Amino acid sequence: MAAPLLQIEHLSVSFEGFRAVDDLSLHIDRNELRVIIGPNGAGKTTVLDLICGRTRASAGSISFQGRELTRLKEYQIVRAGVGRKFQTPSIYEELTVFESLEISYPRGRSVWGALAFRRDAALIERIEAVASTIFLADHLDRLGGTLSHGQKQWLEIGMLLIQDPALLLLDEPVAGMSVSERKKTVELLHTVIRDRSVLVIEHDMGFVEDIAHKVTVLHQGRVLSEGSVAHVKSDLKVREVYLGH
Amino acid sequence: MVFSRKDQLWIGIFAILVLVVLPLALDPFRLNLFGKYMSYGFVVIGLVLCWGDAGILSLGQGMFFGLGGYCMAMYLKLEASTVAATRIQSTPGIPDFMDWSQITALPWFWKPFQSLTFSLFAVVVVPVLLAAVIGSAMFKRHVGNIYFAIITQAIAAILTILIIGQQGFTGGVNGITDLRSLKGWDIRPDHAKTVLYYVCAVLLILCVLAAHMIRRSKLGRILVALRDREDRVRFSGYDVAAFKIFVFCFAAGLAGIGGALYALQVGFMSPSVIGTVPSIEMVIYCAVGGRTSLLGAIYGALAVGWARTAISEEMPQLWLFAMGSLFVLVVVAFPTGLVGFYRQHLDPLIDRLLPPSCRRTPTIATVKVTGSGSSSVGT
Repeated sequence: MAAPLLQIEHLSVSFEGFRAVDDLSLHIDRNELRVIIGPNGAGKTTVLDLICGRTRASAGSISFQGRELTRLKEYQIVRAGVGRKFQTPSIYEELTVFESLEISYPRGRSVWGALAFRRDAALIERIEAVASTIFLADHLDRLGGTLSHGQKQWLEIGMLLIQDPALLLLDEPVAGMSVSERKKTVELLHTVIRDRSVLVIEHDMGFVEDIAHKVTVLHQGRVLSEGSVAHVKSDLKVREVYLGH
Repeated sequence: MVFSRKDQLWIGIFAILVLVVLPLALDPFRLNLFGKYMSYGFVVIGLVLCWGDAGILSLGQGMFFGLGGYCMAMYLKLEASTVAATRIQSTPGIPDFMDWSQITALPWFWKPFQSLTFSLFAVVVVPVLLAAVIGSAMFKRHVGNIYFAIITQAIAAILTILIIGQQGFTGGVNGITDLRSLKGWDIRPDHAKTVLYYVCAVLLILCVLAAHMIRRSKLGRILVALRDREDRVRFSGYDVAAFKIFVFCFAAGLAGIGGALYALQVGFMSPSVIGTVPSIEMVIYCAVGGRTSLLGAIYGALAVGWARTAISEEMPQLWLFAMGSLFVLVVVAFPTGLVGFYRQHLDPLIDRLLPPSCRRTPTIATVKVTGSGSSSVGT
């Protein structure tokens, strides 16, 4: 069997004595869609922060396509192929949809590269393709700040897609969405996950059942249970700390 | 298109104002004063990119202005301190203030400033190097913008104290005075001041064009993006620190050019123009004009500079109060400065008056989406 895309081994981090993530090991295969669930404070977002370099691990390793991520800077991790979506939509209020997608386009990322950057046909074609995937093809010229909440979420997902990452980290992508927006987002995620692995944090069990290949339940920084949705739901320990409420 | 029709119009109006209208309307003395205000224009251009676009407020731009000014003044002072001109000193051939402090030989770091080429080079490079050191130390450690502002303020204060304390090397609190000529060309008479005014005006216009091109490039959009969502930019694969260091260095280099032109036009350089108070005044110029517009900020510098002279001539003690009230007024009532007022009230009016071809050009995205060819995408 081929090595997993992402291999987290014995990962720990503590904040002022509090062990947010405690000796965690997690493997994610190519083309897998994994959902992490767990009660508040279980360390879900911290795991994403550790993978993308926002938080530095105290111990353990994160190996991604054979590269050790714990030693790389945030932007190097992105360039290695990890895309991160934040929990609250994090988009540029004062730039247009087109400009926001352009900034995420993986070219001209150095200071001089950005100065010399020129729009070409390939870039525009790519932006239009991504914009139609995220349902924003008719809104390219709108400022990010004027979009609806759901559209902002999609724009941020689009800004990741344009980088074509091998691993996509999504922190609560459907939070705060209306029912119809949520439905469209499920549809979008099914498109998004083709040819890449996705790690999603989500509370919404209905949504989890819709999308997950495999679920990992975190509790107090440790893996409580792991397996298919049905397996996790029937796990007594999980029912006790999380789903039973 | 980097310059829209309206950009061309406004830059054209500015060029006519400073190159034709002001020289015709003002006597050489007043024109020289405007040249002095204009030298602050270089600082505010840098602040527009650094503070207005990237959200990095520096309260220490005076130190870069001062370093550029001192580099220029050191050259001019050495040229004025020939053996013949200083033969009454105990050590002829060194600047007078060194002689007063019992220094008997030119210090090593003064020697390169005997060369004009080196000095002009240093006017830009010294501020940029200092900015690079400060920027690397701060931005690579993710120091927040508020702390950054305080630290730049502190460094400006330290630099002033250092210059004042080292009288023998720097001229102390009096600064470097009695600057006379540049390569034998006397800079003191009226016609020389007028020539220097034009040099200042032309350089300022060139710097506005350069800054405008940066703002219209993808780099300019990244600066705006990182002001609002620094983490999003970082996690889009950008080394955010490098961009911040770049824009801070760019602003420092511009401030250095402004300082050199100040020294040339005013004929001296002293710590009083580089400390914390002048640094904050430069930020006020920028805030009054509008920190999101290059020309707006320059008009702010010219207007406040002129008001300062006008009020100081009548009632010197009133100026500081006027300055303070102005700042409070701008912050409370016009947070976007004069430019905000213009954009909200006058710009729509002008749009109605202008023929459609001069109006705000649609952004590239619209042009492309409405289906024109790839020739329209060359911004």
